[in-house]
Amino acid sequence: MPEAPRDKGARKKIVAVGLMKKLMADHFYELDKAAKEGRPKVAWCTSVGPAELLRAMGFLVYFPENHGAVLGATRTANDYIPLANAIGYSPDICSYLTSDVGAFLKGETPLSKAYEGITSVPKPDVLVFNTNQCREVQDWFLWFGRRFKAPVIGVNSYRGVKDVTEAHVEGVAKQIEALVPTLEKVSGNKFDIDALRKTVALSLETTVLWKKVLETAAAVPSPITFFDGTIHMGPAVVLRGTQQAVDYYKALLPELEQRVAEKSGALENERHRLYWDGMPIWGKLREMAELFQSLNTNVVASTYCNSWIFDAFNPKDPFRSMARAYTELFIVRSDEAKEAYIESMVKKFKVTGILFHDSKTCPNNSNCRHGMPQRLKERLGIPFLVVYGDLNDLRCYSEEQAKTSIEAFVEQLER
Amino acid sequence: MFGGIDLGAANAKCVLMDANGVTLSKAACKTGASFASAAERVFADAIAALALSPGEAAGQRRAEIEAVCSTGYGRASTGLASLTRTEISCQALGCAHYFPGRALTIVDIGGQDTKVIRLDSTGARTDFRMNRKCAAGTGAFLEEMAHRLDIPLAEFDRMARTTSASAPISSFCTVFAATELIARIRTGESKESIIRGIFVSLVKRVRELDPLDGDVALTGGVVAYHAVVADLLSAEIGRRVLVPPDPQFTGALGAALVALKARGARGPE
Repeated sequence: MPEAPRDKGARKKIVAVGLMKKLMADHFYELDKAAKEGRPKVAWCTSVGPAELLRAMGFLVYFPENHGAVLGATRTANDYIPLANAIGYSPDICSYLTSDVGAFLKGETPLSKAYEGITSVPKPDVLVFNTNQCREVQDWFLWFGRRFKAPVIGVNSYRGVKDVTEAHVEGVAKQIEALVPTLEKVSGNKFDIDALRKTVALSLETTVLWKKVLETAAAVPSPITFFDGTIHMGPAVVLRGTQQAVDYYKALLPELEQRVAEKSGALENERHRLYWDGMPIWGKLREMAELFQSLNTNVVASTYCNSWIFDAFNPKDPFRSMARAYTELFIVRSDEAKEAYIESMVKKFKVTGILFHDSKTCPNNSNCRHGMPQRLKERLGIPFLVVYGDLNDLRCYSEEQAKTSIEAFVEQLER
Repeated sequence: MFGGIDLGAANAKCVLMDANGVTLSKAACKTGASFASAAERVFADAIAALALSPGEAAGQRRAEIEAVCSTGYGRASTGLASLTRTEISCQALGCAHYFPGRALTIVDIGGQDTKVIRLDSTGARTDFRMNRKCAAGTGAFLEEMAHRLDIPLAEFDRMARTTSASAPISSFCTVFAATELIARIRTGESKESIIRGIFVSLVKRVRELDPLDGDVALTGGVVAYHAVVADLLSAEIGRRVLVPPDPQFTGALGAALVALKARGARGPE
C-alpha cells in the first residue's frame, strides 16, 4: 500500500470572520444591556423556535442552545454538568441542558471571558420553546422559567414526520398564533402582521444566503469545511430575522465564491470528501479539524449546518410558512425522509463516505441508532463510520479510539 | 529485513520478516507506561531472537532492517518506525496473509478494545466496527474479573474448560458485571462456571457488534491466551471460527507487511 501523503496544509482563514466576531459581540452586549435596563424585553428561544415572531413583537432574542455550544467549545461544560446531575438532571440527558443549568448554578458563563462586563446570561422576560429539537428544550426552559419566575410558552412539534402535510402545518401554525397574547402582555406591544412579514422576509433572505454559502462546498476542492461551517452558522442561528445576519452572509458569500472560481480549497490537498451527520463534538472542534486536515480529508457537508436552511419561509403567509419551515427540518422527520435527504446531499457534495456521530446525550441528533448507516451503505454503496462521543460531555468521548477509527476509515478510502 | 511493531494498550508486539514475507522472529512485552520504551524493548527482543551466523552480533542484524512500520494506540510514539498505520489496517493485512483469497470477518479482541473488520476476497477492507467506550468484551474486562475473583488470569482458560455450565454474567458493563460476580458467589456458583460465564459474556458482547456472517477469523491477545474463546464463539455463530497462527501477532505482522510493501515505493528507510 503506498504511503498516503500526510502534509499539513494550513486551512485557509476566512476574512469575514472579523465581521462575525463584531456581530456576535454586539448581539451579546445588546442583550446584556436590555436585561440590565429592563427594556427592550428579552425572550429566550430554542434554536428553531419562533424567533421571527419574537423579533416582530420587539423582543431581543437569546438562544440558550448557542450558549450550550459555547460551553462545549470552551471546554467548560464538564465543570458544570455534575452540578446539574446533583440536582436530579441525569448525566444521560442533553449535555447542553446540564452544562447550561450547571453553569447558572455556579454563577458563571464563558461570555464573561469573551465580553468584558458581561457577568451572566441575560435574564429572560419570557421563554419560548419549540420541541422540534427534542423534549429536553422544554424541560430546560421550564427550569429557568421557575428560576426567573418568567412565563414559559411554546410549540409542541410533531416528530417522525415523513411528508409534511397541511395538517402538520395547520397544527403548528395555530400553536404559534396562540403565543401572541402572552407575548403582547410581556412585551407591552401589540402584534403587527407587517412587522412579522418583515422579520420572516429577513429570515428568508438569511437562509437563502446561508444555503448558498454551504453549497459552495459542492465545488471540488471545497472552499470551506464543516468545522468552518459550525462557526459561520452563528449569525444564521442567533440573528435570524435581522438585517445583520443578511449583511454577514452577503460579505461571506463572495469570498467563498471567489475561492471556488480560483479553485482554492480550504485544504491544500483535498483527497477525500465526507458527510458528517449529527452534532459537532464542540470541545474537540479544533482537534477534529486538524485531524481531518492531516488526513487530507475534507468534511464538506453536514446535517447540522444544513439545519438552518429553511426553504419554506414566505412573508405573504408568515405563520403557516414558519410552521412549515420548522416542521420540514431534518430532525423532525422520519428515517425514510432523512435517508432521502442524506442521499441527495451525498450526490450534491460528491462525498465518498459518511461519518455518523453517535452523541451519547443527544439521541434526536444521533441517526445511527436505528440501522440508518447500514441502509444507506447498501443504498448508496459508500462506507460509513460511527464515532462515539457527545456534543458537550467529553466523558463520553474516547480521543484515541475516535482518532484511530477516523484514520482507519481514511486508510480504507485510500484503497 | 522488515519490522512491524504493534504498540497496543496492554502489550507491545514485534515481528521481523524477510523480503519474501517470511517471519524471522517475534517478541512481545507489556506496554507499561511508556510506548516508546516498550517499542525499544520489544524491537530489541525480536532482534535478539533472530538466528545469528557464527561470529555475527545482534547489532549487525539490526542494521539489516530496511523499514519499520508501527501500529496500535502507541503507533505515533516511537521513533523506530518510518511508517504508521492503524491497527485496523494492520490486522486486516496480517490476517489476510494467512487466509489469502477468502472474504473474511475478522474479530480482533485486544486489551482495550474489540474490532470487527470485514475484508473482501481480494483482501480489501470493506467495513469495520469498534466497541464503544467501554471495557466490556475486551481483555481489560477479563483482567478486572480475575482481580475480583483473586484467581490468576493464566488459570482462566483451563478452569473454563472443566465445566459446561456457565453462570450468567452481564455483558453490558464491566462494573455491573463485577457486582454480579458477588451475587453468583453468594448463590454458590462454582468458580469454574463463573469463569466460563465470564467468557460467554465476552463473546456475547462481540456478537453485539456485528452479524458475523461468512468466514470468521479470531485474532488478538485474548484468544492467544484463552483459546476457549474460539470454541465459545464457534458455538455462538454455529460454525468453526478460524484462528491464525500466533493470533496475538497478526497486527505486528500486518505492520511488517506494510513496511515490506512500502519498500518498492519508498526505497530503504
